Amino acid sequence: MIKSLIYSITFHSVMILLTVLSLPFMLREPIDLPPIVSVELIQISDKTNIPFAPKARKIIEDTKKKEIERLVSEQAPPSAKAKEKPDRIPLPNEKKEKKKIVKKKQNPEEVKPEIRQSSEFEKKEIIDTNQIAALIDKAKEEEFVKQKKTDNITQSSKKNSFATGLTLSEEDALRAQIFGCWSVPLGLPYDENLLVRIKLQLKKDGTIMKSEILDHMRMNRPGQKFYKVLAESALRAVRLCQPLKVPPTGYDKWKEIQLNFNPTEMLRG
Amino acid sequence: MQKLFFIILLNFLLINKSYALIEVDITRGNLDPLPIAVSPLHVDIKSEDFEGIRIKELGENISEIIENNFRATGLFSPLKKEAFVQKPDIAHLKPRFEDWRLIKAQALITGKILIKDEKLKVEFRLWDLAATKEMTALAFTTTPSNWRRVAHIISDKIYERLTGEEGYFDTRIIYVAESGPKNQRVKKLAIMDQDGADTKYLTLGNELVLTPRFNPTNQMVTYMSYFRNMPRVYLLDIETGTQEVVGNFPGMTFAPRFSPDGKKIVMSFAKDGNSDIYTMNIETRVVERITDHSSIDTSPSFSPDGKFIAFNSDRSGLQQIYVMRSDGSGVKRITFGSGIYGTPVWSPRGDLIAFTKMRKGKFYIGVMRTDGTGERLLTENFYQEAPSWSPNGRVIVFYRETKAGLKGEGFTAKLWSIDITGYNERQLKTETDASDPSWSSLLSK
Repeated sequence: MIKSLIYSITFHSVMILLTVLSLPFMLREPIDLPPIVSVELIQISDKTNIPFAPKARKIIEDTKKKEIERLVSEQAPPSAKAKEKPDRIPLPNEKKEKKKIVKKKQNPEEVKPEIRQSSEFEKKEIIDTNQIAALIDKAKEEEFVKQKKTDNITQSSKKNSFATGLTLSEEDALRAQIFGCWSVPLGLPYDENLLVRIKLQLKKDGTIMKSEILDHMRMNRPGQKFYKVLAESALRAVRLCQPLKVPPTGYDKWKEIQLNFNPTEMLRG
Repeated sequence: MQKLFFIILLNFLLINKSYALIEVDITRGNLDPLPIAVSPLHVDIKSEDFEGIRIKELGENISEIIENNFRATGLFSPLKKEAFVQKPDIAHLKPRFEDWRLIKAQALITGKILIKDEKLKVEFRLWDLAATKEMTALAFTTTPSNWRRVAHIISDKIYERLTGEEGYFDTRIIYVAESGPKNQRVKKLAIMDQDGADTKYLTLGNELVLTPRFNPTNQMVTYMSYFRNMPRVYLLDIETGTQEVVGNFPGMTFAPRFSPDGKKIVMSFAKDGNSDIYTMNIETRVVERITDHSSIDTSPSFSPDGKFIAFNSDRSGLQQIYVMRSDGSGVKRITFGSGIYGTPVWSPRGDLIAFTKMRKGKFYIGVMRTDGTGERLLTENFYQEAPSWSPNGRVIVFYRETKAGLKGEGFTAKLWSIDITGYNERQLKTETDASDPSWSSLLSK
């Protein structure tokens, strides 16, 4: 008897301890949200041409060498046309640049002055682009270091971002869809709290399994008739909209969703 | 013991797997009028004709009145009947919701009528097409000649269910019907349903009538009339047609208006050449002076709780709106804008005061909070005044005159209504020119 009691007490205390310990972790998750921004930064940097930078630098160096070989005079005056050239040099246009160089070789006499004109600028620009490339590389390295340092954090924040919400574009799509379906009742009072919270349980195809008004007690209170009307309009909107535009994956994170309808801003604006 | 740990571990895993609830804020929506389908009321085959009422057309007539009422609010857009797929009798039993949703309707009204033993029985149902359920259903029995009122009462019930506010369709508007050239106007007291139907003339037009006002509690009207150039305040019972003189008052008398309990009349008249505000108890005829100031105080209007009176006064130089307690104490100026303010009328909801404003030769009808803040001018025109509230405090009716030529030609006066949002400005149908409207409370209250 005593043994089992002790077991029970220890088990309960362990459970309480675990919940006490685990709850703060759960609470902390949303606080970890800011690093999401850094995750997005990485995505953006992926889209830029940083991976090409080392290649580009090689090409730039090559062209530099060739031009030095050609013994271009530095006294050549700059012209407006030259300005266009550096733009063509940037990193992704490797092939074009090569072709141009080939052309220059074919018609050395005619093209030379142009090369002279541009060379000074190109040189400067090349240095600049190098610097930029170097900077970008540096930034990339720094980022990489940062990433390494904060690897654990970002990973967990990644998890969090998936756990706590839809991506911005997913959320926007859903919001825009419901905007179109919701006929806001026009007789609403201006100075009342007009927040209607609706909890939905969704099927995988976005249709509604169950809908629940969270403050339904308020609907039957005296002087709150408008609230019933508002809540019904929100429910109507959700039903008219179904199937809701939900992401194709991650059913677990959006199988339950809460919509907060609030027309206050719109009515005042 | 191992099992125990296993359970604890499982518990942990479950905790980690649970996701926080996603919340999405919806702060915008559609402000277009709500599409609504009003199916013609089904006529029961057992019905008999009654005194010139064609029972076969009655179902359609009632649905048409409901439709017009809803269209006039600007909040609903009734759909065209040609698009309806289902027959009225079947729809009334149980509509095929998909069919109605197909024509983009969000709510559906169906009904059935029966005239038997000289009684008209009307029942109706309101369906929520998105939720596929009945929202409300009621039945009325009355004499067949009351069919118009039944249509208005049904409209009120549906309006209330769909907006959360009381309706205003089963009401009447009393006004001054005008005819003849501008310098020889014949002015008669007239009353009509709020939709412009069923106009009746209450006076012959021998005497000039002015400022009719409804008693907020019943169907009594007070108005002013000049009898041998002496202003008199009359009381008129619309139901019985009896009329009585409340009193002869000296000098210029203006705009008598009832208190919210209907027991007093508040008005202004000039004693010794100075206009002040007085109340008179209708039963005892005791007159009580409320303001005593050397300036001109006119146009008093009670707040719906009877505790305050709004009026206009030129005590600051220009005519402005003031509010005081109903015993005359605590006078406070509430308008400070440029221009002249007049005819304050307290909303039946108590939250707003409607007024007329004149600025730079233009007339405006506007509303503001009872402390004078949040002034909103709803409409601007050459000449318009005399706002009066619908019983639910949602719509204002007023009259508007057009500019007359040198010989008085081209002059018209018409009643207009406008929503307090400033939208949905509409001209009311009247048989003649009309001015000085006053909106009654709900007849079926």
